[in-house]
Amino acid sequence: MKKNDILLISGFLVTALLLYGIYHFFFAQNGATVVVTVDGNEYASLSLSSDTTLEIQGIDGINILVIENGTARISYADCPDQLCALHKPISKNGESIICLPNRVVVEIKKAPSSKGLDAIAN
Amino acid sequence: MKKQQSKKVALFGMMIALAFILSYVESLLPPLITAIPGMKIGLANLVIVVCLYLLGSKEAFILTFFRVLLVAFTFGNFTMLLFSAAGAVVSFFVMFLLKTTRKFSTIGVSCAGGVAHNLGQITVAFFVLGASLLYYLPFLFISGCISGILIGIAGSILLKHLPKNMAD
Repeated sequence: MKKNDILLISGFLVTALLLYGIYHFFFAQNGATVVVTVDGNEYASLSLSSDTTLEIQGIDGINILVIENGTARISYADCPDQLCALHKPISKNGESIICLPNRVVVEIKKAPSSKGLDAIAN
Repeated sequence: MKKQQSKKVALFGMMIALAFILSYVESLLPPLITAIPGMKIGLANLVIVVCLYLLGSKEAFILTFFRVLLVAFTFGNFTMLLFSAAGAVVSFFVMFLLKTTRKFSTIGVSCAGGVAHNLGQITVAFFVLGASLLYYLPFLFISGCISGILIGIAGSILLKHLPKNMAD
């Protein structure tokens, strides 16, 4: 390990932090829709602006999705690892919470009617 | 002369086989962090790094080329070929350039290779899937860096213990 290596590695980490900051300050927009998929199939599509609770029947068990104050989180999961229940609440476009054992994916998307740049790029 | 030649052929063949099988072993391992799709250690890169130092850059490039083709034809499809070729080729050239400067150790070279691999892949993904993927960019930097460092450490230990005259 040379001094240059440490400089290089720190350079990468600083770049990562900068990119993260830039993305969050300039590009991240609050999404409008919460899309739930189970095993790749769309299960539900909810608005992020109205507070609600949804029990998701996954492949191996259930997850409870809570939408409040414009954010979505999983409040309960009956899987052993609890990764999704510990995930921070999500609200920005493209953010997602994934429960692998139950094959549940909760993703924030733009409102279905919006025709922004993403719609063209896709 | 002839003996050296056949020794090199055997060594090179073994390296291709190793890179191939390590790619397969890696596909069997569960993902380390499920929140970041595409986060992998890149075990096969260990062979590429060792080859780059032991045999030279030309051999390492040929090794990269054959590994990508073999793995994609055996386990993958055309999309996977695109992704892994982009990652592997960008990673190779970055490692080759950094090694030629002689300013970095194996760990630095491999770390840059790991980051370059991820950047190459996300560039292809960007054209295939769209801009929403840019969200992953910082995480790919960090994951590429970590896996590159791990591979670099393993590689430098290997290079220290392998006989120096192995390729002669």
